[in-house]
Amino acid sequence: MRVLIQHIILVQNMSEIQRIPPSGRRLYGITAIFDNPDKVLSATKAATQEGYKDFDVYSPYPIHGLDNAMKLKPSRIGVVTLVLAMIGVVSILLFTWWTNSVNYPLIIGGKPYFAWPSYIPITFEMAVLFGAVSTVISLIAIWLGLPRNSHPLHDTEFMKKVSSDRFGVCVEATDPKFDEKQTMDFLQRLGGENVELAYYEVHELSLRKAVLDPKFVGAMVIVAVASSGATYFSLNKMLLMRPWSSLNNQFKVLPESRSTFYADGFAMRPPVEGTVARGHMPYIFSGNMPSAEKYMKNPLLPTPRVMEVGQRDFNTYCSPCHGYFGDGDSRLQGQFPSPPSLHSDTLRHAPDGHFYQVMTDGFQNVMPSYARQIPRDERWAIVWYIRALQRAEHAKGSDVK
Amino acid sequence: MEVVDYSKAPPLIEGNPTLGHIDDSIAVPMEKRPSKKYFAALSITLTMLLIGAVALGYTFYYGIGMWGNNIPVGWAFDITNFVFWIGIGHAGTLISAILFLFRQRWRTGIARFAEAMTIFAVMCAGLFPLIHLGRPWYAAFVFPYPNQHGIWINFNSPLVWDVFAVSTYFTVSLMFWYIGLIPDLASMRDRTTNKFKKAVYSVLSLGWRFSNKHWQHYEKTYVILAGLATPLVLSVHSIVSFDFAVSILPGWHTTIFPPYFVAGAIFSGFAMVMTVLIIVRKVFDLEYIITKKHLDKMAKIILVTSMMVAYAYLMEPFIAWYSGNAVDWFVVVSRATGHYAVGFWMMVACNVFIPQLFWFKKIRSSIPALFIISLLVNVGMWLERYIIIVTSLYRDFLPSAWHIYTPTIFDFGILIGSFGLFFTLVLLFSRTLPVISMSEVKGVVEGAHPTHHIGAEHE
Repeated sequence: MRVLIQHIILVQNMSEIQRIPPSGRRLYGITAIFDNPDKVLSATKAATQEGYKDFDVYSPYPIHGLDNAMKLKPSRIGVVTLVLAMIGVVSILLFTWWTNSVNYPLIIGGKPYFAWPSYIPITFEMAVLFGAVSTVISLIAIWLGLPRNSHPLHDTEFMKKVSSDRFGVCVEATDPKFDEKQTMDFLQRLGGENVELAYYEVHELSLRKAVLDPKFVGAMVIVAVASSGATYFSLNKMLLMRPWSSLNNQFKVLPESRSTFYADGFAMRPPVEGTVARGHMPYIFSGNMPSAEKYMKNPLLPTPRVMEVGQRDFNTYCSPCHGYFGDGDSRLQGQFPSPPSLHSDTLRHAPDGHFYQVMTDGFQNVMPSYARQIPRDERWAIVWYIRALQRAEHAKGSDVK
Repeated sequence: MEVVDYSKAPPLIEGNPTLGHIDDSIAVPMEKRPSKKYFAALSITLTMLLIGAVALGYTFYYGIGMWGNNIPVGWAFDITNFVFWIGIGHAGTLISAILFLFRQRWRTGIARFAEAMTIFAVMCAGLFPLIHLGRPWYAAFVFPYPNQHGIWINFNSPLVWDVFAVSTYFTVSLMFWYIGLIPDLASMRDRTTNKFKKAVYSVLSLGWRFSNKHWQHYEKTYVILAGLATPLVLSVHSIVSFDFAVSILPGWHTTIFPPYFVAGAIFSGFAMVMTVLIIVRKVFDLEYIITKKHLDKMAKIILVTSMMVAYAYLMEPFIAWYSGNAVDWFVVVSRATGHYAVGFWMMVACNVFIPQLFWFKKIRSSIPALFIISLLVNVGMWLERYIIIVTSLYRDFLPSAWHIYTPTIFDFGILIGSFGLFFTLVLLFSRTLPVISMSEVKGVVEGAHPTHHIGAEHE
C-alpha cells in the first residue's frame, strides 16, 4: 500500500515535470505577438539560430522569406499531383479500351474499337480531375492535418490577432531546447508582445465525450431517418407520380375506357363498314367440300423447305391426335376420340383440296378449324407432308431405287 | 500633365489602409444588417428566379413541347443559354488562375468575386443540358455505366466529352474557390461574436491556423491548381465548341470554333464580371480595393478579346467563300440577310464595334460608359450563340423542312430564371462570405513584406 502511494506521488511529480499544472491542462507552447513583418522575420531568424526546431510563425497572409528563415524544405505536394494525374490518364484510357473493345465491342462512326484520338478530351479532363482532387485532399488531410478545430491555439487572443493584422511566433513545448522561463525571456528579448503560455484543453484531448454526446447522437439519428425516408419516398412514391412517371400518362384513349366525345360512350370505335383487315383473304369454299375438292390445287411445290415446314407444323398441330405418322394413334390417351388413319384408301385417293378444307373448316364437329393457328401456306405445306407420309407407308418398288 | 514615377510599381490598393481596416471593410456586408436596397435587389432576383421556376415546372410537367423548338431547330434557347453561361464562367478562372500564373497581382481585388461568379455561372449553365432532356431525372445516363443492354456511353461523342469537361471544370473551380476561402473563413471565425456564425465558420475553415508551415504547402497547392485550371478553362470551351464543330452541319463544321469560342467566353465573362463589380464596389464601398485601375485593365482585356472575336467573324465568311462550298456560303449569306439578320447585325455591333470605344482612356475611366458597354457586350455574346445555333439549323438541306424558330414565353421564362438564379446566388454570396480575398489583399498592401530580408528569396 505504501509502495503504491509512493508510486502515485512519483507519477504526480513526473506530471509536474511534464508541465501538467494542477488545473489538469497540458502546456502546448509559448506564443508571442509581433507588430510587423520585419520584426517577425528577424525573430524567426533568431529562433532558428538559437537552435529551436519545433516552432512556427503565424501571419494573416504568407510572408516572403519566412520559409528560408525557418529552414523549411520546399513543399513536395506536386508529386501527388503528378502521380495521380498520370494514374487518371492511364485509368481512363484502360477504361475506354475495356468498355468499347472488350466488354461490349461496338464500331462507332467507322472508327476502330479503341479510337484513342477521340478519347483525348476526356483523358485530359480526367488527368486534371484526378490531379486537382488528389492534391486538395492530400493538402488538407495529410500536409495540413485538417480538419482540426481542437488545436490549443484556437480561440486564443493570439489566434484572433494573427488572423487579422498581427504576426506571431509560437515555440512548442516539444522542442528539446524548450524551457518555460528561458524561452519566455528569449521571445521578450526579440521584441515579442503578449508573451503567453498556450495550453491544451483537456476536454478537447478526448473524442469519446464528443461522440457520445446525446446531441450528436440525436443529430445522427435524425439524419439517418430523414435520408432513408427521402430515399424511400423518392424511389417508391415519387417516381410513380406525374411527371416522373415517364410515359405512363399520355393523351390517348386506353382500351375499354369511356368516351365523353361519342354519343354511345365507347372510346373504342368499330371499324368502318366494309373494312377489310390487313392480309385477310375470304374463303369461299367454307362448308362446301365438293367444290373445295374439285377446284383447289396445292399452290406449293414439294421443295425440301416446304417439306420441312409441313413436318414441323404437322408434328406441332396434327400429331397429338393423328400420330407422328398419321396412323390415328392419338397421344391423348382416350381423352379425345382418336381420328381415323390417314392411310385409308379413301384418303389416299382424296384430292389435296380435301385436306385443306378439313384443316380450314374443321371436320364433322370433332376436329376444329386450324385456320387461326396455321397460316394458309403452311396448311398447304402440311398437305404435302401428309402426301409424303402416305407415300412412305405405301411405297412402291421403284421408290427404293 | 501628371508626372508618373516609373521607378516603383504603383500601389495596388489605394490609400494604404491598415490590415485591420481591410478586414473591417471586407467584413462589413457580413456583419451589418442588410440595407433596404439589398432586400429590394433580392426581391427582384427572387422574382426572376420564381418566373424561371414556374416556366420550368410547366416544362417538366407537360414536356419540352412548351418551348418553340421544332425540327429542324432542335437546339435553341437551351443550348444558347448553356454556352452563354459557361462562357461567363470562364472569366473567373482566367482572373484567378491565368492572371495568377502571370503574376498579375492586381487580380487579388477581384479574383474571389470572379471565382464565385464562375461557380454560379457554371451552375446556371449545368441546368440547361439537364432541362433540355425533358425528363431530367434520367440525366444519370450521361455517366459511364452500362445500360440494361450492357452498352456503355459513347466515348467518341462530343456530348460525353462535354459532361466530363463541365463536371471537371465545376469541381476544380469549386475547390480552387474553397481553398482560397479557407484563410478568410478562419479570419471570420475569429472576428465573429455570433455563436451560430462561429460554428459555421469553424467547420468551413477546417480549423486553419495561419501557420507558416501550412502557408508553404497552401501556396504551392494554389500554384498547382492554377496551373491545372489554366489548360482546363481553355479545354472546356473548346470541348463545348466541339458540340458544334464535330458535327457536319454547315455553319457549325468549322475548325476555328475552339479558339473562337474561348475568346468569346473570356470576352463575355469579363463583361459580366465588370457589370457585377461596378455595382458591388459602389454598394459595399469597396472602391479603394476594386479601383478604377482594375476596371481600366478589364476594359483593355475586353477590347483585345473583342478583336479576336471580330477576327473569327471575318474568317467564317472568308473560309466559306474561299472553300468554294456553295452550302457554306449559303449559310453565311442567310445569316446576314435572312430572317435573323437583325440579330446578326446587333451581335456584330455589340461585339465588334461598340467595344472599340475602349481605345479611348476617357471611356475606360467613365463608370457609366463601362457599365453600359459591358451590358451591351453581354447582349451581343448571348446573341452570338443564338445566331450560331438557330441560323445554322433553321434552313435545313431540304427546303421543305425549313422552319422559322420563334421562342415561346416559357423559353424566355427559363432564361430570366437563370439570371434570377445567378444574381440571387451573387447577392447571397456577397452577404455570407468575404467577397474579396482578405489574405491576398493584405499581402499586396504597401509594407506587407519584410523590407530588409537580405536576399532571403534568392538564397
